[in-house]
Amino acid sequence: MRRVRAWLPGLLLVTPSIVAIGVFVYGLLGWNFRLAMTDQHDEVSEGGFVGLRNFIDIWDQARWHLSVNHAIVFTVVFVAGALVLGWFLAFLMEKGIWGEGTFRAIYLFPMAVSFVATGIVWRWLMNSGMDERAVGLNRLFDAVGLPQWEWFRNQEWGMAAMALPAVWQMSGYVMALFLAGFRGVPEELREAARVDGATEWGVYRHVVLPLLRPVTLSALIILGHISLKVFDLIVAVSGKQIVTDVPAVFMWVAVFDSHDPAKGATIAAYIVLSVAVFVIPYLIWSVRKERRS
Amino acid sequence: MRHAGSWVRLVLLIAFVVVFLIPIYVLLVTSFKPLTEADPGQAWNLPETWTFEAWGVAWEKLAPGLWNSVLLAVPGSILSCALGSMNGYVLSKWRFPGADVLFTLFLFGMFIPYQGVMIPLVQLLVGLNELTGLQGVFYGGIPGLVLAHVVYGIPICTLIFRNYYVTIPDELIEASRVDGAGMLRAYWSVVLPVSGPAIAVVIIWQFTSLWNDFLFAVFLTGPTSWPTTVMLNNIAGAQATPYSQQMAAAILASIPTMLIYVLLGRFFMRGLMAGALKG
Repeated sequence: MRRVRAWLPGLLLVTPSIVAIGVFVYGLLGWNFRLAMTDQHDEVSEGGFVGLRNFIDIWDQARWHLSVNHAIVFTVVFVAGALVLGWFLAFLMEKGIWGEGTFRAIYLFPMAVSFVATGIVWRWLMNSGMDERAVGLNRLFDAVGLPQWEWFRNQEWGMAAMALPAVWQMSGYVMALFLAGFRGVPEELREAARVDGATEWGVYRHVVLPLLRPVTLSALIILGHISLKVFDLIVAVSGKQIVTDVPAVFMWVAVFDSHDPAKGATIAAYIVLSVAVFVIPYLIWSVRKERRS
Repeated sequence: MRHAGSWVRLVLLIAFVVVFLIPIYVLLVTSFKPLTEADPGQAWNLPETWTFEAWGVAWEKLAPGLWNSVLLAVPGSILSCALGSMNGYVLSKWRFPGADVLFTLFLFGMFIPYQGVMIPLVQLLVGLNELTGLQGVFYGGIPGLVLAHVVYGIPICTLIFRNYYVTIPDELIEASRVDGAGMLRAYWSVVLPVSGPAIAVVIIWQFTSLWNDFLFAVFLTGPTSWPTTVMLNNIAGAQATPYSQQMAAAILASIPTMLIYVLLGRFFMRGLMAGALKG
């Protein structure tokens, strides 16, 4: 009884949050999955249970295939780009360098700005107009003799161009993560490897890089989940154009233009599942790791 | 050799700075150009005559959105901070059975794509409008948007406070308990006075996310309650808006969060690191 009295007040204090998370996160997620399993394809009908039919039927739609392919291309280019660039920037700075604080501040500042605001500049930079109609990067490329591009309007590789603003926005964050990782490697370990005759490259290869694995994993998870739900950036740069459609934009169109709640909920459910398959194991792993230490 | 290496690194870092600043150059230069210099041939040039013309128009168009964003972000971040602080306190100092599991369940709420709750959330808020008879308050209004942000901000705010409070020695709490203080007294007299840094991190993090959010805003608000991001997107999406006005509006929309970043960058960084699940 005394033990209960010891923890009950704490439980009561977090109860409002437990209820809120229970209802708004888990309750609404469940509601969304239930809605996705109905045939409520307009805003007035009741909607009967149809099981997984919506989840299967959506694969018959060309636009869905397109948006999934786009999301994959975007994710690969964005995650790899931000990871490599962020790592490289941290690598350049890790031993300490003149003006480090300024460099860090400049690489990180895009994080403070919304995708909507930066999307406006990037739409100008990646304008597909060419030659005398060219603005942005095409104008610059033309002036120095580089080829001009269609950028995000290219049917095949447009999404790779769309990943550029996202890399620009997020690689500073990755840099900060890796920089903290580099600095967390004890100098004695490096020194010991050098004493053992390891070259500077060998020290990186065998001492530093293995110790950066947890940071790399965190960065992958963060970038991956941002990528799979990307919405603001696409809308700001190109709006609802099919050429840059991704699941999150398709869902928005399904709700507001097609007025089809069941279809919107189905797409939303797929977005959640694509993130959950790697985030849930990661969370369980990191909570366990924390408890062990 | 080592000396040469650091010169190479410095040159590379400066080259990246130039690339990173290109969009900023474009934003500033274009926003100060008069309409007569909108010709693509002058796209990268500095303005021949500098003018605030575009800034004036952008301000007029964006002002209602900026005000809505203030009404959203200020109360939203304060409420988030209060909830996060209480949760973090309990989960670090007044743990109950199952606290770890609960914390993990909270954390998942940080990673869910909000698309997954958006359609039911709209239906729920429409229902609340009807239930309370307050049209345009929950769905289509700022209060509904604040509610959504505060609730979905609980996980990250709890995480930041919990990781901060773990560093407060348990003995301090024990000592105040020996003196007869209960949970809330110990919070008020021991924990809250040293919470400054964590409060700063949470307020800055939430203010920035609320200010920059587009997804919730586009689903939950209407023309009278559109915050900055939605208005900005509408301004920029209109074919007739000249680039100079679009860019000026983008800068105006970013000034509050940029100011916070410049003045309080240290706390901003800590929020970012907390987002990586690292204390």
